[in-house]
Amino acid sequence: MKGMTPVVQNVSRLVAGFVILYAVYVVCTGHLAPGGGFAGGVILMAGVVMLVLAFGGDRARELMAENRCHVLDGSGALVFVLVALFGFFAGGFFKNFLDRGTAHEFLSGGTIMVCNLAIGLKVAAGLVGIFLALVLASRQAMPKE
Amino acid sequence: MKDLVPLLVGIPLGTAFLIAVLAHLKGVARLTGLVATLAIAVNLFISIALWAAVLAQPDAAEPIWAGNWDGAGVPIGIELVCDGLARLMVITVNMVAMAAIIYAAAYMKRFTTLWLFHALFLLMTGAMNGVVLSGDLFNMYVFIEVAAIASYGLVAFGTESQELEAAFKYMVLGVLASTFILIGIAVLYALTGQLNIRQVAAGLAAAGRNWAALFAAVCLVGGLSLKAAMVPFHAWLPDAHPSAPAPISAMLSGVLIKAAGVYALARVVFTVFGGTPQCGQIANVLILLGTLSMVLGVFLAVGQWDFKRLLAYHSISQMGYVVLALGVAAAVAARGGDKAIASVCLLGGLFHMFNHAAFKSLLFLSSGSIEQATGTRNLKEMGGLARQMRVTSFCCRVGALSIAGVPPFNGFFSKLIIVIGVAMAGYPVLAALAALVALMTLLSFVKVQRYALEGQPAPGRTPARESPWLMGVGMGILTLVCLLAGVACWPLKQYLFDPAGNALLRGVVSAARLAMGGTP
Amino acid sequence: MGIAIYMMTFALIVIGIYALVAKKNLVRIIIGIAILEYAVNLLLVLVGYKKGGMAPILAEKQTSLELAARAVDPLPQAMVLTSIVIGLSVTALAVAMAMRLYDKYGTFDMNDIRDLRG
Repeated sequence: MKGMTPVVQNVSRLVAGFVILYAVYVVCTGHLAPGGGFAGGVILMAGVVMLVLAFGGDRARELMAENRCHVLDGSGALVFVLVALFGFFAGGFFKNFLDRGTAHEFLSGGTIMVCNLAIGLKVAAGLVGIFLALVLASRQAMPKE
Repeated sequence: MKDLVPLLVGIPLGTAFLIAVLAHLKGVARLTGLVATLAIAVNLFISIALWAAVLAQPDAAEPIWAGNWDGAGVPIGIELVCDGLARLMVITVNMVAMAAIIYAAAYMKRFTTLWLFHALFLLMTGAMNGVVLSGDLFNMYVFIEVAAIASYGLVAFGTESQELEAAFKYMVLGVLASTFILIGIAVLYALTGQLNIRQVAAGLAAAGRNWAALFAAVCLVGGLSLKAAMVPFHAWLPDAHPSAPAPISAMLSGVLIKAAGVYALARVVFTVFGGTPQCGQIANVLILLGTLSMVLGVFLAVGQWDFKRLLAYHSISQMGYVVLALGVAAAVAARGGDKAIASVCLLGGLFHMFNHAAFKSLLFLSSGSIEQATGTRNLKEMGGLARQMRVTSFCCRVGALSIAGVPPFNGFFSKLIIVIGVAMAGYPVLAALAALVALMTLLSFVKVQRYALEGQPAPGRTPARESPWLMGVGMGILTLVCLLAGVACWPLKQYLFDPAGNALLRGVVSAARLAMGGTP
Repeated sequence: MGIAIYMMTFALIVIGIYALVAKKNLVRIIIGIAILEYAVNLLLVLVGYKKGGMAPILAEKQTSLELAARAVDPLPQAMVLTSIVIGLSVTALAVAMAMRLYDKYGTFDMNDIRDLRG
């Protein structure tokens, strides 16, 4: 898969930083405003897809092997399940065991922020993995006789 | 002890993600099968321990609130309920999963990316445990979906043309079913404002005669019957179950259509709609679906020469037995009949569900063993396997005798109880049909034994070698269950199936009592 | 406004079911799946609607009782979030399978992909 013209590549390179920053912002403030893990993960994936489209499939395959997506995906989900199981040791299953702080602060809500980050990582890595598998997989068409 | 219940869902899910990480680290990538087997062994141990811990008071139903959100009076949390029926289903699911994954350790060697198989298998098992344990309608729907999506991927695992085609058709019909279930849940939420199963039941009982409740019931029963492969919604099963690899066929036919289909149907009809006036109508629909599936399944099966396709059609027929028994029990309880008769029908239905999980999975595993040894699924091309593959043919014989209903195997007792219960409830024609279908099942499996196990091997075929010992162990676990469940029928009834039946019957209030203002 | 929007949502559901059941091209079936899923999500969100309600986000200096009185119901929105994710996974899996089916059979037409019979 070929990349696009140098204009597109440079603009993408400039904008990608803002997109990823915005995605991380949406993930982290999930307990204060609409957003959270899933929405932020999708925005992060959109930024990565923009870079892949601009620079072409070969460059993407060098930087982002599908294996790395699988590992990040699995570890994000694993952190979420571990948070649930740690809550289990601290009282009840899924109990919110970190300090809850005061409402409307950034660092409040206990395990909600940790869960949001884990889900954001999982969704982003999972969707990028899906995108890479669908678009960059090498296929040979076999017409039926 | 009750705190261990969420682990039944958490351990398989966590291990699935752990496998996804481990498979890409050098050195430990080969251990994914071992890790998966250990997780399911822990699950089976916990489920048996949960059952053994309440042998003294078997009707105990302890609710567990996630996050300890048992808000005073207002249920805003998600509840996990481990009553008698949940304990029975959890033992069933984990037992079949254990046998299947031990079997898969040897059978799946011909496929690549085995870590993906183990991760999806664990996701499916964890989700099925979640379905039977959840006390919340939407939570049940989410777990049904997770199990279904994992099964779509597993059916297409070999990525041959037939498997992909079967998986695509299965997926399209599965999405249709899930959408109807979600519409039903949406209407129930609009009607009662609750998602917790007990609260929805109370809200529906208070709402009385209501078109919206009937519409929700139609959507839910339609969607769940599609997942349980009732006729006329059965079209996906004969394509999907044979095309999957043998341990996955065993899991799909053995537990997925039960946990995500028949169990959810039972919960919805008995507990959610149990206290409403529509329960009798819904029960009649269940009786109709059960009878149709029972009869049509076996008629479509007698002409099959493909071994796995024959087993798939028999799955439809046996599920028809279970749904018929459940429907008769609901109808008897809803019209205020004798609770003992309803109890007998429920005992038959739940016992048959447990038995079918055991012997159908055993038959699918042995069919996979035969396919691996002879390279074919066509009954006409097999033959003489009783001498060449002793272990497999012994297990296949036990499975065939169990499903055909020959004493002293377990299938005989459960079918007998169903026939007696249906006859006592006042449906003698249906009881006669059930007995006739049992006879045709026997004929069908006599044909299987005659062509596959007896007779002479097909000329020109290399002699079949016995399968690896791990596959034998997997089949042996289920053979043992088939043999013991028949002999130990009475203690099992007292400690395992009766509490399950009582848990379902508690939700049903007869229409007569409702008309007089009785409370659920 | 009340009944018309529910009618339109049901019309969307019927369109989705029609596309899923009656179309022969695999890609059109997948589009039907997507329309059906999103229409049901719309129905779920509509169930929680309250006339003149505000978004269920707790502002500063607001107690939860005031929020419960004035906001739309947040529970269907939580259900819809989960449902959107489920729809996304099903669509991704369906597209991947359709691509592999094209590799094996050379066509997207359901009538030609009928190896399994009986």
